[in-house]
Formats: sequence, C-alpha cells, structure tokens
Amino acid sequence: MPETPMSPTPMSQRHRITVTVNGQSHEREVESRRLLVDFLRDDLHLKGAHIGCEHGVCGTCTVLCNGESIRSCITFAVQADGAEITTVEALASGAVLHPLQEAFWEKQGLQCGFCTPGMLLRAYEMLQRDPDPDAATVREGIASNLCRCTGYQFIVDAVLDGAERMRAGASAAAASGSAETVDS
Amino acid sequence: MKPPPFYYAAPATVSEALSLLSEHRESEPRVLAGGQSLVPLMNFRLAHPTHVIDLNKVTELSFLRSDDGRLTIGAMTRQAVLERSAEVRLGAPLLAEAAGMIAHEPIRHRGTVGGSIAHADPAAELPAVALAMDAELVAASGRGERVIPATEFFLGPFTTALEPDEVLTEVRLPAAPGTGYAFVEFSRTHGNFALVGVAALLELDGDRIGRAALALCGAGPCALRVTEAERLLAGASPDGDAIGEAAEVAAAGLTPSSDAHASGEFKLRLTRIYVQRALETALARAQDRR
Repeated sequence: MPETPMSPTPMSQRHRITVTVNGQSHEREVESRRLLVDFLRDDLHLKGAHIGCEHGVCGTCTVLCNGESIRSCITFAVQADGAEITTVEALASGAVLHPLQEAFWEKQGLQCGFCTPGMLLRAYEMLQRDPDPDAATVREGIASNLCRCTGYQFIVDAVLDGAERMRAGASAAAASGSAETVDS
Repeated sequence: MKPPPFYYAAPATVSEALSLLSEHRESEPRVLAGGQSLVPLMNFRLAHPTHVIDLNKVTELSFLRSDDGRLTIGAMTRQAVLERSAEVRLGAPLLAEAAGMIAHEPIRHRGTVGGSIAHADPAAELPAVALAMDAELVAASGRGERVIPATEFFLGPFTTALEPDEVLTEVRLPAAPGTGYAFVEFSRTHGNFALVGVAALLELDGDRIGRAALALCGAGPCALRVTEAERLLAGASPDGDAIGEAAEVAAAGLTPSSDAHASGEFKLRLTRIYVQRALETALARAQDRR
C-alpha cells in the first residue's frame, strides 16, 4: 500500500491475483478498485453475472465464492485472490442445460432474463443445502434477488420443479453408479 | 458507479493491520471488513478513502469461543455463522435471532459482526443486540488494547468511540442463562433495514420480573438502551400492565426523524408496539425456560 516510487498514485498500484473461476485458474493484474463483477465480465469475458444496482441490493451480480452466494458488485476483484468463484456459466454443460435451467425454461421462471443468472445461482445454492424445500422456504430464499417481471410466482414454481428434477437426477445417478457432474 | 482509485492492502495479522493504520494515519485509512456497507458507499462515491486496509485475510479475527457460557466472537466472524452456530443459539439466542434478520443471506455470507458494530448504522441490528447484552467491545491499536462497554460505544449515527488508529477485534458477551429474549423489527420489505427494531432480555425472579434489558435500533440517532423502561420493569408483576407501561415509557423520550420511508410519528408508534411485542415474547420464553 505505501506510496512507493513503484506506485506514485493509487491508480498505478496493481495487484497480481489468481482466481479459480468455474474450475479454471486465471492470473491477472487488477487495480485496487476493480469490482469482481467487472473482472468477470470485462477481463474474463464471462458475461453471465449482470450489473444491476451496483450497490448490493438487486442480486443480479450474484456469484458463488467458495460455494457461498455473494454480491460481486460490492466485492473487489483483489479480494477474490485465491478464491473459487462459480458463475452461471458453470451450470450448463455445453448445449445441455442444467435441470434447474430446464425448469426455469419450462415453468417460465423468467421474462426479460436480467435477474436470471443471480436467481439460478441463488436457487442452486439453496438446493445444495436443502434439496427438497417447500414453497415458503424458496420464496424466503430468493427474497435476496429482485425480479421486476415475473412477480416471483413462476420463479418459485421453477425452483420447486428444478429441485424435483435434481433429486430425480441424483437418484438416477446413484442407481447407475455414475457421479453427477453439475458442480464444477 | 465505480469507486474512485485507492491504495489497498490486505494484512494477514492484526498487528500488521495496526502498523498500516498508524503508518498511514495522515491519509485517514478506512478499515474494510465485510464491505457490505463500505463498498456500496464507495461505489456511490459517498465515501472516497484513499487508503483501504482489508481485514479479510486476518484469519485470527474469525472465531467463536465459548467458556462457561461466555461467548467471545472475533470481529471478522461472518453474520451467517451466527445464525448457523449451535454455540450462539445456546449462549446468545438473542444474537442468533437478530442475525437472521440482517439483510439477506448473500449479504450475511460477507457481512461481519465487527463491521456492523463499528459501522454503527442507526438501523442495524447488531449494535442494539450488543447494547442489550452488555457486550464488551475490544479495540486494539498500536498503543495496546482496551475494552469498551457497548453502552459507551455508540455515540451517534455512524459514530463510535473507536479512535482512528483502533480496530475492533472482538465482541465479548456475558453468559445469561435462563433469560427470556426477543428480537423483533419492522421493515417495509423483507430483508430491508428495519424502520424500528427492538432487542429485549428479561429474567424472572420468583413470580416477578427480575432484570430487564431493552435496546432499540432505528428509533434514534444510534442504537440506544432505554433504561427508564428497564427500571419500571424490574420487580414488576408480569401479569399486570408493566409491559404496556414500559412500552409507553420506552417511546416517551424519543424523537425519531422522518424520512422517505416513514414519518417520525409512525416510527414512534412502531416503537411502542414493537417494544410491547418484544417484551411479551421475552417473558413467554423466560417462563418456558423455567
């Protein structure tokens, strides 16, 4: 931090960081003030996490940091040094949607789609902890994320349907002895 | 928006953090804890520190310790840890209940105990809990360590007894076995800051109320204890009108400010109602715990 000849202004102070994103390690130099969401979108070209309110209220920038949902618009990229970040890009495998994404599709859990990356990751996190939640738990859980289109009802329906698909997938995988590979 | 440029350091220990604070004191460095209040302020450019000292790598400040029911919580302990911890539910159920009301889970994953207390938002839950529980707040600086009683810590909106070279390192909570507790709050939408919140502790002494502790958030310039109402409750019969009277007395001296969300008059009304609810719940729980 000291104002050494190396960094005569705060803008010239750079930090070398290594962040694992969706299982892949990235090394970059960032300015102190670089927000994690800008790092993901502009430096790594992962456009899944959206920028909405930029002050931690709307939740569309939600990513998982070491498995826990956080707001990437109020986290600095330099703080993610050494962390494992999961973005919405990790859910689908190639052209095959994650069961939760299929459920959002089927149940119309989105209209404009702007809140969807955050909703998916938040729902995914909740279902990791509680694979069979009731509607009230889902509603409470996604209260951290704002949606201006759906009125939330279809999102709740989609998360419940996604939970069912994920449980069915897990028991099918257990029956056939193969491991599920959704979590990268 | 994006924050203006700043120098950043992430020390690994408390002593490193303290040296940086003292070394750069001329530049008025800001200590970054969970960042759930400071970073939004920086994004809005309402805060524009030139030096930011990030405590997130100071692992020694992230702990929960319980001895003889006395709970000690490291300042960098995440708020989400509080609501999931069996030790906290057992040793400080008031704190566990309040923690679940702080914003939303993704915020609590990052937000810290020390950050919330040191930031001293008038509407935040944890300052009120610290006051009601008679917490001791440990502040460290290059000059050593001192213990500040919560009742002397909150001085005004976003203003505390912490000196510029001090870091809040731990929160000590006394054991309170057999005490009824309640944290209740009113907010306009789920997860928002409370318009008014109430932390209540109540002990029974035979068939009378023994000791009561009552603290409010949102109802004044900072979190505050309402000692007059506490005195009224001590020794009173729980069957009578003591709780209703205490609720009147608690609200009597307050002049909450009007803002975009509610008028001061409405907040005063909320204070009376929520003090009453908090005390009724705390009483019922004290009776259950016998």
